Amino acid sequence: MNLLHVFGIFYRNVILIRRSVPKLFALFGFITVELFLWGFITLWVQTIGPSDARLDFVLLILSAFIFWSMFELSQRSFSISFLEEVWSRNVINIFASPIKLGELVMGFALVGVAQTLLAFLYITPIAFLLYALQIWDMGLYIIPFFMNVLISGWGIGVVAIGLVVRFGPSADIMAFFIPFLLLPFSAVYYPVSVFPPLLQDITFILPTRHIFEGMRTAITEGLIPYDSIMWATALNIIFVILGFLFLHWMLRLARTKGYLSRLVQD
Amino acid sequence: MGIVMTTILRVSDLTKQYDNLTAVNNISFAIKEGEIVSLLGPNGAGKTTTIQMLLTLVSPTRGNIEIFGKNLTGHRDELLSRMNFTAPYSVLPYNLTTREALKTYSLLYGVRNHRERVSFLIDEFDLGWMADKKVGQLSSGEQMRVGIAKAFVNSPGLLLLDEPTASLDPAIARELRAKILKLVRNAGGAILWTSHNMREIEQVSDRIIFLSRGKIIADDSPDNLKNYFGQKDLEEIFISINRETRARPS
Repeated sequence: MNLLHVFGIFYRNVILIRRSVPKLFALFGFITVELFLWGFITLWVQTIGPSDARLDFVLLILSAFIFWSMFELSQRSFSISFLEEVWSRNVINIFASPIKLGELVMGFALVGVAQTLLAFLYITPIAFLLYALQIWDMGLYIIPFFMNVLISGWGIGVVAIGLVVRFGPSADIMAFFIPFLLLPFSAVYYPVSVFPPLLQDITFILPTRHIFEGMRTAITEGLIPYDSIMWATALNIIFVILGFLFLHWMLRLARTKGYLSRLVQD
Repeated sequence: MGIVMTTILRVSDLTKQYDNLTAVNNISFAIKEGEIVSLLGPNGAGKTTTIQMLLTLVSPTRGNIEIFGKNLTGHRDELLSRMNFTAPYSVLPYNLTTREALKTYSLLYGVRNHRERVSFLIDEFDLGWMADKKVGQLSSGEQMRVGIAKAFVNSPGLLLLDEPTASLDPAIARELRAKILKLVRNAGGAILWTSHNMREIEQVSDRIIFLSRGKIIADDSPDNLKNYFGQKDLEEIFISINRETRARPS
């Protein structure tokens, strides 16, 4: 692994984000607006619920919202780092350089970590000021959950890049659609028990389901959800490896069929 | 005793087949240290596909590519770090400044002293006034110049230039040709050059490889080719070959 190669990818993306108002808005703007939306919904739900309700809706719903946003951001910044090369017709220069696929993926992941961490450090104090959300009350459990949402984002990001390599720039919509597709089945805002039994079995393979189910257990029962953390981590590792193999396969196919040139032509 | 020149690039029986189309058909050639070889041919002759196979952007269907004595398939990263290229279809990121783009590519090519290298290239290619301008704000000719400077970030031993002066005015093109030749010769490297500018090809090439419908139909020095085809310049050779291949059924 050549760290200069990884840093090259990181450097290029950091520069873009640093001076682009639309990119800064994408990083901080959406999450701020959504925080208001979910915050007010949560406050309303809190007022219409039974007065002796044991559940802390603010902690439950807003924590889920923040972690889902971190997952989306991790995935989006990972995918957009690659799409940026496609949109600027620079992708041929990248693939003709000595950077290895693993280094490229590592560079994108690093961009994702930096952006997600920044957004997390930005939104949690705002959520505390506006809604008294003390997400840090979860203590050290927050670390494995945060790590897992990051890794889930990379897994989806790698697949999205593979689809763009295979189907061309018009497939960039997949980078935004896949997380949306996963949202209802990841039990982000409701427990897995609301799913029909068959869906409960099927969604077991989604790492995001275990992350959010585990978070709920930690918040509502105050227990350390070892099982959820273990399943989320194991499934994430499997998904990232499979995603990487998928991207590798798509790239090999693109080199055989000449699809890479299409990435600067479409 | 004569000087033995090292073979920098050896292409053997290289073929690229896309379904029913044979883009490159069993071509073989070699380029020695210090040599400048041009690939000429009409559109669709297989020049760009050949260059893209050398850059690992396209996998060959058959054949072998050896660069600096090593097989490209097994030593991709090592060999690409000793080569570079520029092509009009692959521009540098429009949203980076010239300096940032050169720094990014210095890093991607693993250049340790990237600051010094970027400063050297900015001076050498006279890019000072556009160093802090975004690539997207430059004219196509200026972008091409930055692209050529990028091709030197790693002091390549093998340079692949696909129509490098396509968007340049004649004065700048001449100046850049001289710079390219100087830098490559100083480094003891070699160049594979494609262009539709016959005068340029004649000026820079030690050897010219004519491609038509994916096949090599001639490989010799510009003077020998003129004698062989009985034409006064390369343009006439190009036109006659093009006419002949169009008339021939595929």
